Amino acid sequence: MNRLWETLIKAFSWACGIILLGAISCIIGYLFMKGAGVIRLDLIFGDTPPLDAILLKRQVLDGLFPAMAGTFFLVCFSVFTALPLGLAAGIYMSEYAGGSIRRVFSFSFDILAGIPSIVIGLFGFSIAVFLHRHFSDRIFPCLLISGLSLAFLVLPYIIRTTQLSLETLPARTRLTALALGATRFQNIRYVLVPQSLSGILSGVVLAVGRCAEDTAVIMLTGAVAMAGVPQSLLSSYEALPFYIYYISSQYTNPHELATGYGASIILLGICTFLFLAAFMIQKGLARRALYYP
Amino acid sequence: MNRQFEKTAEMVLFLPALLSVILTLAIFVFMLVFGLPLMKGGRFFELITGSWSPGHGMYGIQPMIMGTMAIASLSVFFAFPLSMGCASLISVLAPRGFSTFLRHTVRLMTGVPTVIYGFVGIFLLVPIIRELFQNGSGFCILSASLMLALLISPTMILVFMESFDRVPKSYLDAADALGGTPVQKLVYVIIPQARQGIWMGVILSMGRSLGDTLIALMLAGNAIATPGSVLDSVRTLTAHIALVIASDYESLEFKSVFACGLILYGFNALIIVMLRYVESKGTQ
Repeated sequence: MNRLWETLIKAFSWACGIILLGAISCIIGYLFMKGAGVIRLDLIFGDTPPLDAILLKRQVLDGLFPAMAGTFFLVCFSVFTALPLGLAAGIYMSEYAGGSIRRVFSFSFDILAGIPSIVIGLFGFSIAVFLHRHFSDRIFPCLLISGLSLAFLVLPYIIRTTQLSLETLPARTRLTALALGATRFQNIRYVLVPQSLSGILSGVVLAVGRCAEDTAVIMLTGAVAMAGVPQSLLSSYEALPFYIYYISSQYTNPHELATGYGASIILLGICTFLFLAAFMIQKGLARRALYYP
Repeated sequence: MNRQFEKTAEMVLFLPALLSVILTLAIFVFMLVFGLPLMKGGRFFELITGSWSPGHGMYGIQPMIMGTMAIASLSVFFAFPLSMGCASLISVLAPRGFSTFLRHTVRLMTGVPTVIYGFVGIFLLVPIIRELFQNGSGFCILSASLMLALLISPTMILVFMESFDRVPKSYLDAADALGGTPVQKLVYVIIPQARQGIWMGVILSMGRSLGDTLIALMLAGNAIATPGSVLDSVRTLTAHIALVIASDYESLEFKSVFACGLILYGFNALIIVMLRYVESKGTQ
């Protein structure tokens, strides 16, 4: 290979790195340039005193608080639904499953993980239609349906991170308790799960981020532009990512658009925070904090 | 009693796993059952090759399939060289400090919400494309696939990077001992060794861009037409689902979204099978 090619390849790689960094800083820079001015407390709470809004004494009409509350409830509901199922399935896959069951199950989890979120949303929507026709007229696309659909969306992530963090434990950790006479389940309960806690936890935090940012699922299953703070599981609700999508096509004045930029910055902040948290946890900070008090 | 408990524990852990498998199947079955009225009498083929004209009772989703293909392949086409360059930079060419910085930035980029790419795309990228080409509104295949390329690059870079880093150190030492420069090491040792990982990265990101909704929905313009150039506006399968669902759900028009869902499900299954195939090739 001659000098020229070598220089060209080097230049190409550096150009790629610079393009990537440039593009992402353009996006974030543009967002902040347009939206930094509106990041104030009244972006979230409007004219309502913050304390009244948080205690649900008064409705917030022109702020992002209902959307943030909607996203919060949504994330809590779906992660708490997906977590027990995902943990159990992950532990089963890593510790019990063998032979053809293991092959079939892991193939189907791969498929589940890859299903586009809009298809999961469509599935949630058809469940709502199905329930509406056959069980109760009161069921429409709502917080409950969205939460369930999002739980389906993150379930394979939780299964996979649980399975992976259990499987990567060293054989020494895996065998000690068994050699001392512990049963299989005791080994899982007292040794394997606590030891892989940081891996599992960081997977959960990433799942939270996935729930918070996903728009395709919720736009089919009940997110609306104006609903206030959700009153029950069966009501429609607002959510931060849907609000951003809605504003991008339906804004009527510069003020609304500015709110859209503000909402984007808040969502970006939440997701970045969750991402960093997952990273820190993986680095083992959390294991020390949670398991060795 | 202890044995009994062990059995119960295994059962309790088994059921959620089984439930998740059933869920995977249930999604497929739901799409099939709800979409059936449109596919009865062997009209499935007609459905995926026909054109869209609800006024004439034609609900073919061929334009959406073409739109999806166009945007997904173009975005992979943009993202591939970019990701190769960045992965080489991170793994081999850049000095340690910059490499670490880039690595963390790329990781962080995987966490940026899709809707934000779309939002900024509308107000930043689309006007630029419109001014640059002086052709139409700027909402077109090119805008969507450029943004999508940025969305899938981090995933691709991470997969490439990991496969670059897996190349055995002894191979690199051998190249060093022969007096190879970093670029020679990259081109003659690392990239050939990492071929499997490169394939997997490309297939994986192809899957992501086929399934992405928000970017295409917000940036591609959503016109139902078979694309003729990259500046044409198209509607993807995913965007079609999102847009039609707003209309009433008894019409035949509405049933077509389940056909879209089925096709997307099929694409995804195909991607997974391809990934498995590439993976098994490498371990032999």
